[in-house]
Parts: sequence; C-alpha cells; structure tokens
Amino acid sequence: MYEFKMPALGAEMTSGKLIEWRVKKGDRIKAHDIIALIDTDKAAIEAESFYSGVVEELIAKPGDKVPVGTVLALIREVDEGTIAETEVKKESSAPIPDHSESMKKAIAAAMAKSKREIPHYYLSYEIDLSKAVNWLETYNREHPVTQRLLMASLLIRATALALKKHPEFNGFFVDEAYRPSQAIHIGFAISLRGGGLIAPAILDAGEQTLSQTMGNLSDLVMRARGGKLRDRELSESTITITNLGDFGVDAVFGVIYPPQVALLGFGKIDSKNRVVMTLSGDHRVSNGLLGSRFLTTIARYLEEPEKL
Amino acid sequence: MDIKKAVLHSLHLIAPEVDLEAINPDALLREEIELDSVDFLRFVQQLHNELNVDVLEKDYDKLSTLNRCVAYLEEKIHLNH
Repeated sequence: MYEFKMPALGAEMTSGKLIEWRVKKGDRIKAHDIIALIDTDKAAIEAESFYSGVVEELIAKPGDKVPVGTVLALIREVDEGTIAETEVKKESSAPIPDHSESMKKAIAAAMAKSKREIPHYYLSYEIDLSKAVNWLETYNREHPVTQRLLMASLLIRATALALKKHPEFNGFFVDEAYRPSQAIHIGFAISLRGGGLIAPAILDAGEQTLSQTMGNLSDLVMRARGGKLRDRELSESTITITNLGDFGVDAVFGVIYPPQVALLGFGKIDSKNRVVMTLSGDHRVSNGLLGSRFLTTIARYLEEPEKL
Repeated sequence: MDIKKAVLHSLHLIAPEVDLEAINPDALLREEIELDSVDFLRFVQQLHNELNVDVLEKDYDKLSTLNRCVAYLEEKIHLNH
C-alpha cells in the first residue's frame, strides 16, 4: 500500500488545501497520472501520483487544509502490467482560487530568505544577437504560424546546453552543501495579470529540441495563467531565467530563488540586436570567474542558432 | 464571418480573466490586456485557427489595438478571396 501525501511544493510551503479529487475509489492509476488539484499559497497545482496502482481510499475531502506530509489517499499496489488506461478526469470544474495576496507573502518570504542567506554576486554580459535574430526571422518565415519560435526559446535552449558544461549553476544548496542536479529543470518567470509572479519549470530542458522547448514554454505560460501547473513544475527548478525584455527593461539583476544557486536575467533586445544578459550567482557555490565562463558559453551557443 | 467576434474569442482564450467587453478598442492590447510575447504568438496562432489567416511577423504592429486587428484581418481576408 502506498500513501499519497500532501506534497511540499517549494521550501516555504507548510500546508495545502485539497480542491478536488480527479480520481475515485477503485480507479486504476499509473505513475504520473494527475490525481488531485491542490491549492498552495502560490497557485492551484495538479498533483501526480508517484506510483501505479488502484485507489484504495480517499482520506482527505475537498476543502480540507492539511500540513505537508499528511496522508491524503491510499493507493494499493498492483502488477504494473495490469494497469490499463484509466479515465482520469482531465478538466477542473472547481473554481480557481485567487492567490494574489498569499502569493505576495510567499514571494516575500522566499526573497527575504534568499537575501538573508545567499551571498549574491552579479555579472552582466552584452550579447550580439544579430545572428539569432536573423536566423529566427528566416525560420519563422519558412514555417507555419503554429510552429513559430520566440527568442525566449533560444535563450532557454542555449542556457540548457551551457548548464551541461557548467554544473555549478544547476542544483540546490541544502544543509550547508551544494548538490548539483543531473536533470536540468529551467524555471521561467511568468508574470500573472493582476500582479502575481510565478516561475514554474520547463522540466528536462536539457533533453529537448528547440521546437519542443518552444511548445513547452507556450504550454507552461498558458497553464500558469490558468492555474493548472503540476506539482513537480513548482518544486524542482534547478535554475531560474527571468526575461523582462518584453517590458522594455535594459537589464535585470534578480534575486536567487532558494534553494537554487543561480538566476539568469535578460533585458530587451535593442535596435542593434544587442541584449544584456545578467547572472546572479551564489558565492557559496561559484564565483565571478566561473560565472563569466558560464555566460560566455551561453553567448557562444547563441552565436550559432542553427545548432540549438 | 464575424471578424471582431473571432478576435475577441481568440483573446478570451489567451486571457480568460480579462473582461473583453470593457476594453477600449483603440487602446494598445499589449498594455490593456498585458500580453507578453508568448501570449501574442498564441493570439496569432489562434487567429490562424479561427480565420485561417497567417499574420506575418512583420505585420504584428498592425494588430496593436482591437480596431486595428479587425481592419487588418478584414483586408487580409478580402485579399485572399
């Protein structure tokens, strides 16, 4: 028997509220099926089961607010081969709660913790994006509108590739030690209408093609705005990118989201196709020299957009 | 085909939380609805789905307001026929 518990979605989360079940007693589920919609301080998220099996008992009721780690349901283990496709309820009928106030508090707590504990250093690096801009124009002209790419997808892809060579920027600082991550999950800051901000992860960004990266970015933005993020997307980012170029900003010097150890910022692309890329780094893990090498690698990838 | 209806429906899919009835048809959509570049690309893709029109990237400026969107799409659809 497995216990499905209230997940911890970020370091600051202490409790969560069950909005609705997406399964009922007796349903067969596979690992990664979405089984519940859970409300946190920052967003409503779709929680996955980590196990395959049959839903034995739904302990928590919609509306229950419980501490992280509380058992919500029991899943009975069955032979993996016998799990057939189930009709897991896909769409939410429950109203999406308004998070603007609780989200502000959660961000305030995380940012205050960051500035208290993380000795930040900051670097900026101006990149000539002429080749990337020209390549993107040609690509988008030659492809149907549904396959168009945005510069953001190139920035994410170049970052993912560079992180493979610079592991000191991809991971977590926990219990006084740095733990690099094998997987590359790039958090991407998304502004919500009404003033909220959330940085869910493009999971396994290191394993995706450029067009997959674009598709996943678009999907992530849509789901972030619609309150349909999944638990892993909120808890597993190994680095964050913030792109304020759309809003006319020249450069952004961001605050690292703990327990991550780096944040990359991009400003607007100017009339000469130049953009200022910035790195906020954790000095307990890396330093200005390592940071400058990391930024140089990203810039080189962006000079050869056809290889991204 | 009601082009304005299609434009409003496309915008509604991208920004369901915005009251589209209340927006000024001459205000900049990027500011009025806070569209970023991902939203804007999805808007153009949705217009393609609804009206079978491909908006070129160089024409994005012509979709800056609700009224300009409708005028541009009317002209584009008229030329296609």
